[in-house]
Amino acid sequence: MPDLVLKGKAIKLGDNISTDDIIPGRFTHLRSNLPELAKHVLEDAAPEFASKVKSGDFLVGGKNLGLGSSREHAPVIIKMSGVGAILAKSAARIFFRNAINQGLPVLLCDTDKISDGDELEINLTAGMIANLTSGVTLSCSKMPPIMSAILKEGGLIPYIQKHKDFVITPSSEPY
Amino acid sequence: MGKTLAEKILSLKSNTEAEAGDVVIADVDLAFVQDTTGPLAIRQFKESGFEALAGPQQAIIFLDHAAPSPAPQLSNDHILLRRFAGETGCRISEIGDGICHQLVAENFANPGDIIVGADSHTVTAGALGAFATGMGSSDVAVALALGKSWFRVPESFLIELSGVFPRGVYGKDLILYLIGQIGADGANYKALEFGGKALAQITMSQRLTIANMAVEAGAKVGLFPGDKITRDFLVEHGRGDKYRPIYSDAEAHYEQVIPLNLDQLEPMLSLPHAVDNVRPVTQVKGVRIQQAFIGTCTNGRLEDLAVAAEILKGKKRNPGTRLLIAPASRQVLIRAIEKGYIQSLIEAGAVILPPSCAACLGLHQGVLGDGEVCLSTANRNFKGRMGNPEAMVYLAGPATAAASAIRGEITDPREFV
Repeated sequence: MPDLVLKGKAIKLGDNISTDDIIPGRFTHLRSNLPELAKHVLEDAAPEFASKVKSGDFLVGGKNLGLGSSREHAPVIIKMSGVGAILAKSAARIFFRNAINQGLPVLLCDTDKISDGDELEINLTAGMIANLTSGVTLSCSKMPPIMSAILKEGGLIPYIQKHKDFVITPSSEPY
Repeated sequence: MGKTLAEKILSLKSNTEAEAGDVVIADVDLAFVQDTTGPLAIRQFKESGFEALAGPQQAIIFLDHAAPSPAPQLSNDHILLRRFAGETGCRISEIGDGICHQLVAENFANPGDIIVGADSHTVTAGALGAFATGMGSSDVAVALALGKSWFRVPESFLIELSGVFPRGVYGKDLILYLIGQIGADGANYKALEFGGKALAQITMSQRLTIANMAVEAGAKVGLFPGDKITRDFLVEHGRGDKYRPIYSDAEAHYEQVIPLNLDQLEPMLSLPHAVDNVRPVTQVKGVRIQQAFIGTCTNGRLEDLAVAAEILKGKKRNPGTRLLIAPASRQVLIRAIEKGYIQSLIEAGAVILPPSCAACLGLHQGVLGDGEVCLSTANRNFKGRMGNPEAMVYLAGPATAAASAIRGEITDPREFV
């Protein structure tokens, strides 16, 4: 289960970062060797990302983050790089669902209010982000309860191991 | 209240009265993976503690992306997938059979079905009135084991089609135009539902092209009704008994209604490096191309090869332009041989690739060099898509690709048809 309060530094990317950008097709032969695959995370779109990212950092995108291919390897290797949560103005639906299935929080908010290098504190329960550098507080859009339940268990596989099935809960909460 | 097609299918399969915004758990008629997403799905399946499939006849592994394999690691992935099929009784589609989405359309998808695939272009089967959507490996692993998944019922956009395609204009031009209008996230999380009077003259082949690219506007599904064209297609493919009429209700609620008049369309293309960077071909004419690629789940069908062969018959590719053709399935290839299309294409200088995804995703069979330009009939032109971030990919239909291969530069196909 991810921590409820996350603290880290923002690594800012632009709009329309596709899953092809996150892990290009030419590395498909490495998909069964995730540590090797992870070395190429965002290699073309943000060549400095892999060397810059520290454990607990936040990947902050613009609009339509993760568009394109359904390759779940994209959120897998973002998580392996140490990223604690993904923030974006909007996220493509398969990528969003895949990240949650990997136990990697995705928060949708106005990322224009976040600059590269800003220190952020994210409260997953409240769905709030405090930008400690600028002093601005951002609220995040809610996800369906079933997604927050999956995220709480640390991803779809631990969720299924525990529940053996999908369980629809009536309550709605940000996390 | 009336229902959209998405609401109708999800209601039926979840035994609820589902409305947009609801979350439902629904039975899945078909769950599939392909060779680049399958290995992770199998690992997730096993890690979850599953041993058996919910229904082996409703589960398929397609070997199509790296087919035949260009690397030992991918060959080993194929071994893993074949072994899993052997252990579980899962159907397996071997290299050379064709692209997953084409084979799903030819053999499996029926109106009213729910189909989930670990591939974003699973939306293709929406052309047959199936709620077909792409998911990741974990979600499909669970669907393989449980025979169900959870779905947020999407809001729908109705694309109301009128008019008639002008000469030299096809389904690909329609969907590129639409994506250019609404943008790559214009339908994020939504269902695109195609309706209107023009439907009666949009063939199944073109419907498949249009539904295939719904995801390039962010849509969860691209749905056509199950009408006479659907029935004829099912009969032709030996499963007429699976036909059922499925239409949205007259009083259904749509978040947006987008009228689109086919009379106004012209040949379109996407410029590098975004699918929604759409312009009419007339504005981009003359750009030199080193490669033309006709194929993929978007445009590798018999009708597509017919259009290309008609343009290329008796002509030659430009000496500076390589021409690659990958039929979408074994059946497409056989029919294209019978009809003489393959002969015309080979005589025009084309290289025929095996029925597979081929050059589309940058793995092999047509990787571009630095600074090279490819005009492709695929669905994605992201930077690096065809294996080289220093190359450029334009997207268009088969007619534009064929005409451009002759001239060696981006060419308006209406000069040839």
